[in-house]
Amino acid sequence: MRLELVPRADPGARARALAPLFALLAAVLIGGVIVALMGRSPLAAFHVYFVQPLTQGWALQEIAVKATPLLIIAIGLSFCYRANLWNIGAEGQFIIGALVGSILPLVTHGTGAGAWVVPAAIVMGIVGGMLFALIPAGLRVAFGVSEILTSLMLVYVAELTLDYLVRGPWRDPKGFNFPQTVSFDATLPYLVDGGRLHAGILLAPLVAVAAWFVLKHTLFGFGVRVAGEAPKAARFAGFRPNRLVLSAFAISGGLAGLAGILEVLGQIGQLKPGISPGYGFTAITVAFLGRLSPVGMIFGALVMALTVIGGENAQIALKLPLDLTRVFQGVLLMCVLAADALVTYEVRFVSEARA
Amino acid sequence: MKRLDGDRTGAPLIGLRGIVKRFGSMVANNRIDLDIRAGEIHALLGENGAGKSTLVKIIDGLLQPTEGMILWQGREVVLNSPEDAAALGIGMVSQHFSLFDNLTVAENIAVALPPNESLAGLDARIAAIGARYGLALEPSRPVWSLTAGERQRIEIVRALLREPRLLILDEPTSVLTPQEAERLFVTLKALAASGCALLYITHRLEEVRQLCDKATVLRLGRVVGSCSPREESVQRLAALMVGSEIEDIRPVAAHTPGPVRMQLTGLNLPPADPHGVALRDLSLGLRAGEILGIAGVAGNGQSELFAALSGERVVADAGAVVIDGVPVGRHGIDRRRRCNAAFVPEERNGHGAVPRMTLSENVVLSRHATGGVVQRGLVDLEAAKAVADEIVTAFDVRRGRNDPLACILSGGNLQKFVVGREILREPGVLVVNQPTWGVDAGASLTIRQALIGLAARGAAVLVISQDLDEIFAISDRIVVIHGGELSEPVSARTATREAIGLLMASGKGQPHAA
Amino acid sequence: MSIAEAVLITVITAATPLLIAALGELVVERAGVLNLGLEGMMAVGAACGFGVAVMSGSSAWGVLAGVGAGMALSTVFAILVLGLAANQVASGLALTILGLGLSGLIGAGFVGTSRAAIAPLFIPGLSELPFVGRLVFGQDPFVYGSLALAGGILWFLSRSRAGLKLRCVGENHVAAHALGIKVLHVRFAAILFGGACAGLAGAYLSLVYTPFWSPGMTAGRGWIALALVVFASWKPLRVLLGAYLFGGATVLQLHAQAASLGLPSQLMSAFPYLATIVALVVMSVGRRTAVTPGSLATPFVPDR
Repeated sequence: MRLELVPRADPGARARALAPLFALLAAVLIGGVIVALMGRSPLAAFHVYFVQPLTQGWALQEIAVKATPLLIIAIGLSFCYRANLWNIGAEGQFIIGALVGSILPLVTHGTGAGAWVVPAAIVMGIVGGMLFALIPAGLRVAFGVSEILTSLMLVYVAELTLDYLVRGPWRDPKGFNFPQTVSFDATLPYLVDGGRLHAGILLAPLVAVAAWFVLKHTLFGFGVRVAGEAPKAARFAGFRPNRLVLSAFAISGGLAGLAGILEVLGQIGQLKPGISPGYGFTAITVAFLGRLSPVGMIFGALVMALTVIGGENAQIALKLPLDLTRVFQGVLLMCVLAADALVTYEVRFVSEARA
Repeated sequence: MKRLDGDRTGAPLIGLRGIVKRFGSMVANNRIDLDIRAGEIHALLGENGAGKSTLVKIIDGLLQPTEGMILWQGREVVLNSPEDAAALGIGMVSQHFSLFDNLTVAENIAVALPPNESLAGLDARIAAIGARYGLALEPSRPVWSLTAGERQRIEIVRALLREPRLLILDEPTSVLTPQEAERLFVTLKALAASGCALLYITHRLEEVRQLCDKATVLRLGRVVGSCSPREESVQRLAALMVGSEIEDIRPVAAHTPGPVRMQLTGLNLPPADPHGVALRDLSLGLRAGEILGIAGVAGNGQSELFAALSGERVVADAGAVVIDGVPVGRHGIDRRRRCNAAFVPEERNGHGAVPRMTLSENVVLSRHATGGVVQRGLVDLEAAKAVADEIVTAFDVRRGRNDPLACILSGGNLQKFVVGREILREPGVLVVNQPTWGVDAGASLTIRQALIGLAARGAAVLVISQDLDEIFAISDRIVVIHGGELSEPVSARTATREAIGLLMASGKGQPHAA
Repeated sequence: MSIAEAVLITVITAATPLLIAALGELVVERAGVLNLGLEGMMAVGAACGFGVAVMSGSSAWGVLAGVGAGMALSTVFAILVLGLAANQVASGLALTILGLGLSGLIGAGFVGTSRAAIAPLFIPGLSELPFVGRLVFGQDPFVYGSLALAGGILWFLSRSRAGLKLRCVGENHVAAHALGIKVLHVRFAAILFGGACAGLAGAYLSLVYTPFWSPGMTAGRGWIALALVVFASWKPLRVLLGAYLFGGATVLQLHAQAASLGLPSQLMSAFPYLATIVALVVMSVGRRTAVTPGSLATPFVPDR
């Protein structure tokens, strides 16, 4: 027996749209097997992971809160991935965005500065993430260094920078020696009193719509798609490859930075280590689960946010470790990639001895 | 080489019986019968797309037939892999060399030897084969430093080291100069004399008449005739191949070319990759109303020349490339397009067109800078669709359904689309690299005729081609590119193939020495 | 034991896991496959190795379990990138995410457990020689094993028939296929070998280097090993050199931290990652010839 892949000429839109759903189903089944191997009830785990959060008001809010950074980062990443550029350092760009964006709230702390601080901080967060992403992009353009490893290495650098600042110069002197800054005066307003939904959540769908428009209707978006499909054709079209690398990374880093500063201003209200539970990496799964399309990524971000909440619930209710969520995310990404392959190719089993 | 005696039993060395190969709904080979005897040089003739390559891959074990059987000395055999074929004594010299640029000649040969064969003394064996058949090679050279002719020798030596009884040669002269081809023929005749059967695949009729004992002609996947080529006229062979008497290109009456529209002056370009060719001090004037053909063996700087002319790569000296009086050396491809120049690259899949995008999106690819399909940074796909329809009608592009992905189109139809997309803009300067490479005769004719028409309307056309027949068929003047340098232009009416061939082999040598 | 001697010994222990993992990845990449999942395979190798060693009480079983775990994960990767021609970068990332998660699940029960490190070899006489004794003749078996591995891979790639085939597959898979080389089989074998090496490197971390298990203990070593392969221009001896240079740099950084030079400890901790970036840049600037395997990270689908 041998496995053979036969390319499909044109798989059609429905198969493409359905593939992630089948991948999700497969990943849930594999996850169930893993839970069973751990000696727990897969049905109970499924209920806690995927059903319970959808039935509780606070959990629904929490899903929106968690989906926001995931979606914003994933949309940025999709620009890189569509252009066949491998930015895997969104986690670092998220942190640096949060960090640079926090400068203003920290400096103006206690001065009673006006409402301008929040928007200005958001802009600075975007710029911070953008500049940080331009390091691997610049190294690639100038020296031909693969962006994969450099962007990843910079995640560690970003984490350590944050760690240094909140333990050192930026530490709250009245914070009982905890590694954290003061609680900001300037934060995003809540949408509902006493709820969890902050104003930053409204930006996520806006970003998705903007990305959809850019990719679908602008010459720049066309250039990104051509560069990913056929780099030589992009050069033939006159889209400068270097400029494209820089702009895709700038968008990607800028959005990761935006997600970072929104998280700090809307959710946490201060800087401390671990402001990101790995959003930058989870967003990679979101991007692929959404097939790199903005609409698909909204679905992907909601699903991944659900698993994050579900994972936290499961830890409390069933004593299932948080690492199970990571395992599930890894399995899901693999299933998505496999489903993608099954859409692109027809898999045939051929017996070695021909009839 | 062993004395071979496949004939003794009366059965041919290899016999194909009713071979059918389908790819999906496409029938590439349709009930093909073919016999080859030991010591025979057998031509397999057919134009691009006739099914030659598929049939050859079946004989070499790379593909398995959907129906039919293969007889080896009268016994049925199943060839599941090239290894199976090699075990019988079937060797193959492919049109696309299976070589590894960063490995040495000896390593390239060693990897193709059967696993149980020792590598000891390989260099001596390479030298012995080389001496016997005129195939000189240096075992320690890396392949990237070799010419196309030398690379082909590696392929042949590889095959000969396995002492083949049937050697398949797929379009072996397509990358050779005429002189290299002559040398190859001597080698092949020596091989046949030693008892090896040769299956010689080509669409070049003169070669068949010069070299081959028998010929089988394929058209649209079927055998349409077999004959003894030395007794047939070229015209009859051609008619068999194409299915009707081929229409000739209608040349334009002799005319005087107009003013220079594209001028190169001292153009230099370093190689883009470590094994690339540098362009050195190119100067050339391309005139309105003429087609200038750039002949040359593959890998002598053609793609670099295209990149420099199109602006895919820019040069420091703005005046090195001038289009209609505008120095554009430092301008990228879209600004050159705005100077009313147009370009068609060699590779249609992935360079001239994006395979997984629609035809209308592929219109945007080269038209976005010159108006009509993009307004204020926004793509107007409706307008692009209208342009695509216009191209499809004007160039008779068979596309199946409305606005399909480019990869759905056959090679010939996609090439007509890509060339048509540029010609319909009525450019003042057109640079085309390999306009009809791998394209069927009908599409070739359409494309060449369109190029001639464009020049007749006053455009300056530069055609880079490895196909000397094409160069002679459509050019007014011919320039040869060799090692990144250009020869002096000669008139196509007075130049001989031998003279051009010498230039292709040796650059600025003496064209009259032949 | 002099301080210099002690430092050099720690350099060797710091370099060995990087060397083993990078050598495995080198073979994978020379076959034309980019497996970014090194970090995940190392993490699982560390967890399985430690867990099995504790439960069985045998270091040998632990090492075998680490190797086996690395191979098992690499098989999953191979199914994706060879069987289904999936994108190698994304598949490698998925493998990393999965591996880090799995290592947490497996290792959770062993947090806080400690066991003795696998002992260095002791050769009476030789190991007692001044200075060079411990350094040259008193290392743990993996150090010698990793050196032999470097030599073996060098021989395999440059001298053996199978190594030649593997290089051909990595250089140009279409041509290799046309010559009848079973591209996917060669790649599968290479991926399995890479997985085994990564698992072994992980087991070394938890059984010799630390020796205990803690979450996230691989600390980016998989990524650094990946960078070492690029840094070494895909050459085994240069991987050896790079790994020891890198091990040296890591140890220097630890000592500098201990000596408290007044620099923030985070800067010192960031040093390996920054050094990796600088090394990658320097190598790219100095590179004149094409050294990257020609088919690296491109999926191969034979047409039939």
